[in-house]
Amino acid sequence: MVEFDAIYAIWLREAKVYIREKERVIASIVSPLLWLFVFSAGVGGTVTVGETGYQAFVFPGILAMSILFVSFFYGLYIIWDRKLDFLKEVLVAPASRSSIFLGKAFGGMTDAMVQALVLLAVGAVFIMPLGPLQVIYLIPVLLLTSFSTASMGLFMGAKMRSQEGFALVSNLVMWPMFFFSGALFPLENLPGYLKDISLIDPITYAVDAIRVVLLGSGAFPLYYDVGVLCVFAAITGGMGLLAFGDLQQAK
Amino acid sequence: MKSANQADSGEDAIKTSGLTKRFNSTVTAVDSLNLEIKKGEVFGLLGPNGAGKTTLISMLCTLLHPTSGTATVAGLDIRSEPSKVRKEIGIVFQEPSVDDLLTGRENLDLHGMLYKMKPEDRKKRIAEMLALVELTDRADDLVRTYSGGMRRRLEIARGLMHRPKILFLDEPTLGLDPASREHIWAHIKRLSEEYGTTMVLTTHYMEEADRLCSRIGIIDKGKLVVIGTAGELKEKVGQDIVRLRGEVDLGKLRKLKFVKKAKMDKEGMVDVTMTNAAKNLQTLLDACGKLTSVQVREVTLNDVFLHYTGRDIHREEEEEGEGSWADRVMQWSGQRG
Repeated sequence: MVEFDAIYAIWLREAKVYIREKERVIASIVSPLLWLFVFSAGVGGTVTVGETGYQAFVFPGILAMSILFVSFFYGLYIIWDRKLDFLKEVLVAPASRSSIFLGKAFGGMTDAMVQALVLLAVGAVFIMPLGPLQVIYLIPVLLLTSFSTASMGLFMGAKMRSQEGFALVSNLVMWPMFFFSGALFPLENLPGYLKDISLIDPITYAVDAIRVVLLGSGAFPLYYDVGVLCVFAAITGGMGLLAFGDLQQAK
Repeated sequence: MKSANQADSGEDAIKTSGLTKRFNSTVTAVDSLNLEIKKGEVFGLLGPNGAGKTTLISMLCTLLHPTSGTATVAGLDIRSEPSKVRKEIGIVFQEPSVDDLLTGRENLDLHGMLYKMKPEDRKKRIAEMLALVELTDRADDLVRTYSGGMRRRLEIARGLMHRPKILFLDEPTLGLDPASREHIWAHIKRLSEEYGTTMVLTTHYMEEADRLCSRIGIIDKGKLVVIGTAGELKEKVGQDIVRLRGEVDLGKLRKLKFVKKAKMDKEGMVDVTMTNAAKNLQTLLDACGKLTSVQVREVTLNDVFLHYTGRDIHREEEEEGEGSWADRVMQWSGQRG
C-alpha cells in the first residue's frame, strides 16, 4: 500500500534537512568537482581516449560516481536516525513501510540529483556543450540510477546496526562497483576477466547510458543500458522494501 | 474466555497476556507479563534501569515484535493489527525524536501528514497544540534552538496532535531541570483532565509517579512485581518508618505485631517500618532501651520501590551490614539469579 501523503511528508523532511545542512550540500559538490578538474584534467594531460579527450570521456563516469556515492551513503542516515530515535516517530506512524521507504528513497534521489545537476551545469560550461534534448534523455537515466543506488544504501542501512559496519561494507561494495564500471577507462581495452566483471556491474550500464547520451557513442545501445538499469532498480527497490517492512527499533 | 475478552476491550485501554520479549536466547527483557490498564487512567510503570519498561512500551507501540504472548491496545491486537494500533496511539519518546533542523511547526505539520490529517485540520490542531504547550511564539524557530524542556513539550504536543486514545510517555522528564519538570507535569495533568486521554508513562522518578499516576505498576526483570495506587503500594510496605538510635533489640522489635520490618544500618541507626506510628509509637519506644534519637517519617514511593525491586527485602542480609558495594551487588545478584 502506498500513501502519497506519507511519501511526500518524508520526502519533504529529507529535502528540508538536506538544504539546511549546508555542510552536506557543499561536501557533496566539492568532491566530484575535484575528480573532474584535478583527476580528469591531470590524467587527461597524459592520456588520450577517443576523439573527445579524456576529460569529456570521464565526465559521464564522474556523474555516475557522484550519484552512486551520494545516494548510497544516504542509507547511512537510517542508522544515524535509528540511534537518535528520529526514525521511531516515522516507524510508529500509521503510514505503511513501503511509503516510508519510497519517501526516503526519493529523499536520497533528491540529494543525488541536486549534485548531478550542479555537475551537469559545470560540465556544460567547461567540458562539453549540452543540448536540451540531451538533458531530457539524461534525467530519467540519472533518476533510475539514483533510485537503485539509494535503495541499495537504504537496504544496507536498514540491515546494519553500526555506522562503522556500514562504512566498511559500503567501501567493499561501492569502490568495486565504481572501478569496474568503466567510469575511468574504456571497457574495450580491458583484459578478459576484468571485462567479465564489468559486465555484471550494474553501474557499467549507468555510465554507458550517460556516455551514449552525452558523447553519442557507448559500448551498448541506450535501450539495452536502460533495460539493465530497470532490472537493477526493480531488484534493489524490492530488497529495500522488504528490509523496511521488517524494520524494528534498534533496542 | 471469549466473552470476557470482548467485555474487557470496552474497559481496558491496554491488556497484555503472557507478553514476552527475548533478545537472543538468554536475555528475557519482558517475561510473560499480564497487565491491564483502564481507559482514562494515568498509569505509571516503574522499574530499575533495564527492567524492561522501554521494551514493553516498544512492543505496545508495535515497534518490536513480541517473542510470545500478545496484547491489545485500544481493543486492537498488536500482532495482527499493528497499523490500526498505530492510528490510536501517540508516543513521547525517551530520547528526543523531533527533527532539530525543522521548526516546531514543521515537525508538527509533518506528523499530521504522516497521520493523514487534512491540511485545514492540521493547521487548526497545530495552533491548538502549540498554545497548549506554550510554544506558539517559538513555533517558527528551528528546534535546534530549543531548550530540553521545550523539545519535550513539542514532543508532547506532537504525540497528542492526532488525538490518540492512548499516549505513551517514556521517561518524559528524563534529564530536565526541576522547573521544566514541574512544567511538564502540569501539562500532563491538564491533558489527562481535559482530554481524558489514557496515559502510560515510564519513569524512575518516584515523585513523578506519585504526583501524576492514578495507578502504578512496578516491574523488575521483565515481571510485574506489584500494582496499585500509590497509597495502596505504600500501605503494603507499611505506613511509617521510624528511625532510632540507641539500645535496640531487633529481635524484640520484630515480635511486635505492627512492625513489618526492622534493620540496622552501618552507622548503627535502626529503621523500623510499621503501620500507624501515631498510635503505636509509644509501644515501640517502650520495647527499646535508652534512645538518643527518634525520627518518624511516612513511607514514600521510594521505600516501596526499594522494597519490591529486591534490594532491601531480606532481613538476614541487612543485619550483616552493608559491606562494600561490590559485596552487595554479589549478594543481590545471587539472590535473584
